[in-house]
Amino acid sequence: MKQKLKDLWTLFITFFKIGAFTFGGGLAMIPLISKEIVEKKKWMTDEEMIDMIAIAESTPGVIAVNSATFVGFRTHKVLGALIATLGVTLPSFVIICIISIFYEKFMEIEVIKWAFLGIKACVAILILNAGIKLLKNVRKNVYSIIIIFASFGISLFLPFIKTVYVILGGIILGVIVYTIIELINKKKNKEDVKDNKEIDNSEGEV
Amino acid sequence: MIYLKLLWTFFKIGLFTIGGGYAMIPMIQSEVIGAGWITEDQLLDFIAISESTPGPFAINVATFVGFSQSGFLGALCATIGVILPSIIIIIIISMIIEKFLKNRFVKYGLMGVRPVVVGLILAVSFGLIFTGITKISNIYNISEFDFNKVSIASIIIMVICFVLSRFKKLNKPILLILISAILGIVFYGLFHMV
Repeated sequence: MKQKLKDLWTLFITFFKIGAFTFGGGLAMIPLISKEIVEKKKWMTDEEMIDMIAIAESTPGVIAVNSATFVGFRTHKVLGALIATLGVTLPSFVIICIISIFYEKFMEIEVIKWAFLGIKACVAILILNAGIKLLKNVRKNVYSIIIIFASFGISLFLPFIKTVYVILGGIILGVIVYTIIELINKKKNKEDVKDNKEIDNSEGEV
Repeated sequence: MIYLKLLWTFFKIGLFTIGGGYAMIPMIQSEVIGAGWITEDQLLDFIAISESTPGPFAINVATFVGFSQSGFLGALCATIGVILPSIIIIIIISMIIEKFLKNRFVKYGLMGVRPVVVGLILAVSFGLIFTGITKISNIYNISEFDFNKVSIASIIIMVICFVLSRFKKLNKPILLILISAILGIVFYGLFHMV
């Protein structure tokens, strides 16, 4: 029992550290997780970490929390999942609450106002870069290119269509379209096999 | 009650954020700005601060918005809301992990949604660039275009940030934010640009 408490505390502290030292988003966590969880604590292997990244990226939700929940669950089931998540979330929560308290007063300072006017321009570019990076990595076929343009167009020119529905639509459409493609390919393969069989048979009948 | 609304709204946001922090932004625009809780300008401020402070970007933004609406309790509700989908889904998935990764409908769904997210993020960034430069809040109001109101400072800062971000060593958000902050003080404060 004592060992379990010790383990849970270690889990909490480890993810607290990870949360406190990750700047700039979930994926930046990965080197830290690799060092703390895989190398030091040996709670996961490298292969398992890659699986975890794949899942964390592919499932809804915050990547950092997905990772923490995943590791926590593996080592200590639901309790572990909750504690690891608490650990990774706490630093952010505390820091931002403190900043929020002073936020209004802070933003009234002229110099700060000017600085943030400049920063706003930068953030637009940061988001642009995030989009470009995703664009480079996404699988490019006719379907996905159409979808990229479609969601781009809808978002800019048909803003009354809520983003939730665009995303849902993308998931459903993806399942439908790729399933159809799979079925078409299956059919093609069957026909190819049939054709080959006919050729084989006819060759016997010269 | 505002607390439940925060919890629910950020639960939705957490649920539909697929692919990491920035993918949250279209959802936040739609749900949070749509609800009138914060303005687009405030969101940009939050994003900037969230990039500069430790911790997952998404959680920082949720905490910020929650706090701005209803103080500490609001921050708590928003944060819990945004992490709840993760916890639930991952626990479920962890139990069926092998099958989940190999299930072809899951794969197809993901293949389908990724291009959507790309389009959405690019749209958001184009909108922000457009608004930042022309000061027109909505692309439909393009008739309001006033050449004198165009923000040259914005254009310069955006170009500089973009160019610098092409260099691997310089492509760090905190660095770019710092540089643009200084440029902002220089252009807007010193040169009184608009």
